Amino acid sequence: MRKEIPLFIVLVCGIFMALQFFVPHSYSQFLYRYALDWLIVIGIFALALGIWSFIRVSYDKIQRRSENWQYAIIALAGLFGMIFFGMWFMGGLESYMYRHFFSFIMIPIQATMFALLAFFIASAAYRAFRARSILATVLLLGALVVMLRFNPFLGPLGEPTARMADWILNVPNLAAKRAIIIGIGLGMVATALKVILGIERGYMGRD
Amino acid sequence: MSWTEFLWTTLGAILTLCTFSFLYKDNPFYKIAEHLVVGVSAGYFVILLCFTGLMPKLITPIMNGSWWYIIPAILGVLMWFRFSKKLSWVSRYPIAFYIGIATGVAIPVEMKNRINSQLFDTMKAPNFSGDWFVGVCDIIIIIGVVCSLFYFFFSKEHKGVFGGLAKVGIYTLMIGFGSSFGYTVMARISLFIQRVQELRNWVTLTKTRTDFTIVLWVVVLVIVLLILMEIIKHLKRKPAETVS
Amino acid sequence: MNMFERLGKLDRRWIFLLLAVVCVATLLTEFRMPVRVSREVRSIYEFVDSLKAGDVIHVGIDYDPNALAELHPMAYAVMEHALKKDAKIVLTTLSQNGAGMAEQLMLDIIDTMKVQHKKDIKYGRDIVFLGYKPYYSIVILSMGENYRIPFPSDYYNTILDSIPIMQSIQNYDQIKAVIELGSGNIIDAWIADANARYGVKVALGVTGVMAADYYPYLRSGQIIGLMGGMLGAAEYEQLFQKPGTASEAMRVQVSAHVVIILFIIFGNIGFFISRRKGGSVV
Repeated sequence: MRKEIPLFIVLVCGIFMALQFFVPHSYSQFLYRYALDWLIVIGIFALALGIWSFIRVSYDKIQRRSENWQYAIIALAGLFGMIFFGMWFMGGLESYMYRHFFSFIMIPIQATMFALLAFFIASAAYRAFRARSILATVLLLGALVVMLRFNPFLGPLGEPTARMADWILNVPNLAAKRAIIIGIGLGMVATALKVILGIERGYMGRD
Repeated sequence: MSWTEFLWTTLGAILTLCTFSFLYKDNPFYKIAEHLVVGVSAGYFVILLCFTGLMPKLITPIMNGSWWYIIPAILGVLMWFRFSKKLSWVSRYPIAFYIGIATGVAIPVEMKNRINSQLFDTMKAPNFSGDWFVGVCDIIIIIGVVCSLFYFFFSKEHKGVFGGLAKVGIYTLMIGFGSSFGYTVMARISLFIQRVQELRNWVTLTKTRTDFTIVLWVVVLVIVLLILMEIIKHLKRKPAETVS
Repeated sequence: MNMFERLGKLDRRWIFLLLAVVCVATLLTEFRMPVRVSREVRSIYEFVDSLKAGDVIHVGIDYDPNALAELHPMAYAVMEHALKKDAKIVLTTLSQNGAGMAEQLMLDIIDTMKVQHKKDIKYGRDIVFLGYKPYYSIVILSMGENYRIPFPSDYYNTILDSIPIMQSIQNYDQIKAVIELGSGNIIDAWIADANARYGVKVALGVTGVMAADYYPYLRSGQIIGLMGGMLGAAEYEQLFQKPGTASEAMRVQVSAHVVIILFIIFGNIGFFISRRKGGSVV
């Protein structure tokens, strides 16, 4: 009951959805639409788990006075502050504070956190990007050509470099990425089949 | 621009600088920004989910008489049993429903999208009708794809002819990874440029009014003071470190 | 210890500082970079340019603020271009932090159209923002059946059937193309679930990190065009003849690339010298 029924649900739903692709009958279409619709509703509840988990971790950190616990207060203040400002009586999604918190707190910090990577990639280029072997040299040359393709300082070499970069992207890069895509596709289909047939049961967790 | 709008813009600029301070070292300003964004993002998502998910997809339909929406809602609530040690198995029912549908949908779609379409395009005859170079490129693509797939085939040892083909494959893959790296450098730099553009816009804004300029100078003064404090701390620490 | 070995042991913060100084200094200069337009960006431009009055396109703003630098300029250029051609836009976001940006983007564009193009763009008649829904793959599939399944109402909680632009739209059959601007796996879902399953045309605007991965789809015809990172946005701005933030950023991009290439060259010279000496290979 604890394992068999979920396995049966996966089998039935999986086979039905796979076959539905090939049999667009009105009944199967009806069920397909409802399945998609319901899945969104189920998903909404699942997402609440993540929020609850975040609250619990932060609360535990404060309660146990773990290292840097003071910052967990800031995180929780941000969470509850944002929830308060987004309440219906504050204007919901159109609330002034909700919008401004998004535009002037979330956007600058999130965008800057990723901007930091520019510096780490520069440092990595200097310290780690070495032509240690022929393979590494091929990778290095590929990267250099792609980086130089729109560089006006190259003068007469600019146009041939740009053409070379176009060729790299559209021929060898395409071949490499296509092989990866096909590999991923085969992996996805195989895993999906294993899940439907009950061979792969990782999603059920432990007893 | 009003004072309040200006203060919001200034807050954005200060938080940008706080985050950039990580480049020097991990520090309380960065930590504040980091934790603040985690909390605010979670709060933002809660409200978004309520108003664009829960309300239109569940509350409104049930209120309008579509009572059967209670069923997915119950399945959704069952997910929460994941936290219970004794009853966590109950959450398997909605997960099974979700996984079953998602995997079932994925099989034909991914077969068509990633496997068939890509294989069909690779299997096209090389085009020598116009420019001969196009035909040569077509052949290179076929060889590149086949050899790269050989490289991914680990059930057979990479030796002899098979090993040779796999070697061509790994060279092709390296060019592919090189192109991605070239693009990645560009991407990361773009993110930094955008932040600098935003800071420049804020500085430009401060020049539009005298009272705004004062705020700019206060921010600059605070940054200079912090840098000075750090230098003094560094100088005080240095002799001690040399002795040790 | 020679110069290269000493440079090899340099504190990385000096490298950070050098890069920052070069970027800021270049941004303060005033020169415009010529941008060479690629075939993959031109095809998106030509598609948008071929739109007739009343045609509807779907624009997906499927990225978080961390990809804003690269994808926002694309969104501005493409949407402004489409509205200039009197096309209509259905806007959605399947990225959890994308809703605020998408709304702001839409409001900005409505303003720009009024001020710069003297066009009165009406919400609901010319453009609509359906908002956010979780589980992108399911949402993309359900829109293929009917937009009302995932989005019974728009972002502002207005019932879809009461929005003029949506009255004639049931699913992707009434949409000319999906212009997907995104980062992450959402892009793959659009190709698989919208193009492979429902046959709708898809054009992509992706972050630089991902750009090289989508060339196979371009050649197989699963996507009609590809804009990669800020360069892709600058190319589109050039075609649209309205240089924006991406075009301005290209000169900084070039200088930063020169610095990074010099770092790579210096690092490798040091590496070879150390290797020849038989010393520690950094």
